[in-house]
Amino acid sequence: MNPLTRFIFELQEISVLIWRSFVSLFTQPRYVGEWIKQMDLIGVGSLPIVLLTGFFTGGVLVLQTFPTLEYYSIQNEAGRSVATSLIRELGPVLSALMVSGRIGSAIAAELGSMVVSQQIDAMRAFGTDPNRKLVAPRLLALIFMLPLLTVAADIFGLIGGAMVANQLYNQEVSVFVNSARNGIQIADIIGGVVKPIFFGLVIGSVACHKGLSTTGGTVGVGKSTTNSVVIASIWVIIFDFFLSKALQYLLDMGRI
Amino acid sequence: MLDDEQEKPIMADGNEVITDFEEPINDRNRVAPVIEFRDVHLAFDDKVILDGVSFSIRRGETKLILGRSGGGKSTTIRLILGLLKPDSGQIFIDGEDITGYTEEDMMHVRQKIGMVFQEGALFDSISVYENVAYRLREQNVEEDEIEHEVRRMLRFVDLEDAIEKMPAELSGGMRRRVGIARALVGDPEIVLYDEPTAGLDPPTARTICELAIKLRDLQDVSSIFVTHEMNNVGYLSSEYAIINEQGEVVFEKEGERLCLINTEVIMLRDGKVIFNGTDEQLRKHRDPYIQNFVYGKN
Ligand SMILES: Nc1ncnc2c1ncn2[C@@H]1O[C@H](COP(=O)(O)OP(=O)(O)O)[C@@H](O)[C@H]1O
Ligand SMILES: [Mg+2]
Repeated sequence: MNPLTRFIFELQEISVLIWRSFVSLFTQPRYVGEWIKQMDLIGVGSLPIVLLTGFFTGGVLVLQTFPTLEYYSIQNEAGRSVATSLIRELGPVLSALMVSGRIGSAIAAELGSMVVSQQIDAMRAFGTDPNRKLVAPRLLALIFMLPLLTVAADIFGLIGGAMVANQLYNQEVSVFVNSARNGIQIADIIGGVVKPIFFGLVIGSVACHKGLSTTGGTVGVGKSTTNSVVIASIWVIIFDFFLSKALQYLLDMGRI
Repeated sequence: MLDDEQEKPIMADGNEVITDFEEPINDRNRVAPVIEFRDVHLAFDDKVILDGVSFSIRRGETKLILGRSGGGKSTTIRLILGLLKPDSGQIFIDGEDITGYTEEDMMHVRQKIGMVFQEGALFDSISVYENVAYRLREQNVEEDEIEHEVRRMLRFVDLEDAIEKMPAELSGGMRRRVGIARALVGDPEIVLYDEPTAGLDPPTARTICELAIKLRDLQDVSSIFVTHEMNNVGYLSSEYAIINEQGEVVFEKEGERLCLINTEVIMLRDGKVIFNGTDEQLRKHRDPYIQNFVYGKN
């Protein structure tokens, strides 16, 4: 198969996967226990790494920009600069990349090893739709939890930024907080929450699809896992650009 | 849907070796096949796996499928479960043509079938108890009944002690037996075994063959038993289980009191059925490939 047909073919398969999972949320049987378990695993489980990422990103942003801002004597706007770049871009993208590395790989590896050990076949043979039981809960959990994780990362980023500004550059915390508060607009917050919803869908669907289409035994599981992380990460970054553009357009329309 | 009247001659035609069974002709249930393949073809990309396979299995009968590895035995079983669809030809389960069935349509067909997977395929994130209970949970059966049924099945495979264990803690033979218990929950009328003895030591392999014999003779289960080990063929086609005066299950060799007619052998080669008949006919067959298969390995 040439790469283009292959790409379109996979895109079609992923769309079908997403559609089936979506429909299964509204029909019986629902595996609500499974939904909650995945939310816990994906959401609570990823909290530490996402918080750490957010904290140090916020910190390094201040570390790097403060001298420049000081040069132009606008160091009181440090909070604003950190808040906008974190909430608009770095929070959503970095959280998505971290979650793709931690969760996307785990999903692809788990589903992949279930395929090669015939557990997926066994499920189907014993009357379960794997889409319903495995894919839907994971997609749902990612779509639901990634925005929350992103918000948590943003908050920790601001805390990190404030701490660096305060400890290394002797800025009053209240100055930082005020500037951040003035800098954040509703549009930024909407954008910062809408993006991770899409990123969650991308990470989850790519990981589930790669996992379920694993062939070639244990080696195949390794391949699916790597592919899932690489492909999901690239798509997150590509999507980020187009989502930013679309959101700019839509939110600007709202303003007029 | 199949019509019994039309069915009989086709079944006879489909088999290369016609064996005359002295069974009451009015026992329709027994004569109509439980599983039937009609000229099934399947290829993956350009690799032909099944090339016009036809056979049928009557109620209470066990078919042994022989063939070298990669010969399409597991594929045949996957077709019966509807996990794969043939490129052409028809597959009937209990008279229903499942060839065009969707995943949802297959669900009620699959309820009649118990499947023992090649490596066990136990769900390794849940305990032995939950593995065996799996099908009943999916059917929303009451917890009391589930527990009763799970214990009954684990007792049947002699593994009641392992009920709390996780699959990773079990030996290969135990995993296979849990796989059998899981397949038998809900008393399916058809049981498919995919190389259930591969990689097991001879006594354990023997135990698994005995389980299959008990199901065949005492519960009237129809089954397909895929294997490439000739001593499995020996056990399954020459021994039978009965319940003696003390109420114990005992195994006897055929010939002492009766001759086994409910077990036959099929051999696949290059996607075709090259042999279909009894084990005696298999052993006497003059084809060098079959001779090599029967006598070369063991
Ligand atoms: N999903 C698949 N895609 C491509 N090839 C497959 C697939 N499943 C099985 N095969 C190939 O089909 C052949 C028959 O496999 P199988 O039925 O598992 O053989 P066996 O008789 O050992 O059970 C093998 O060569 C295998 O590589
Ligand atoms: Mg096989």
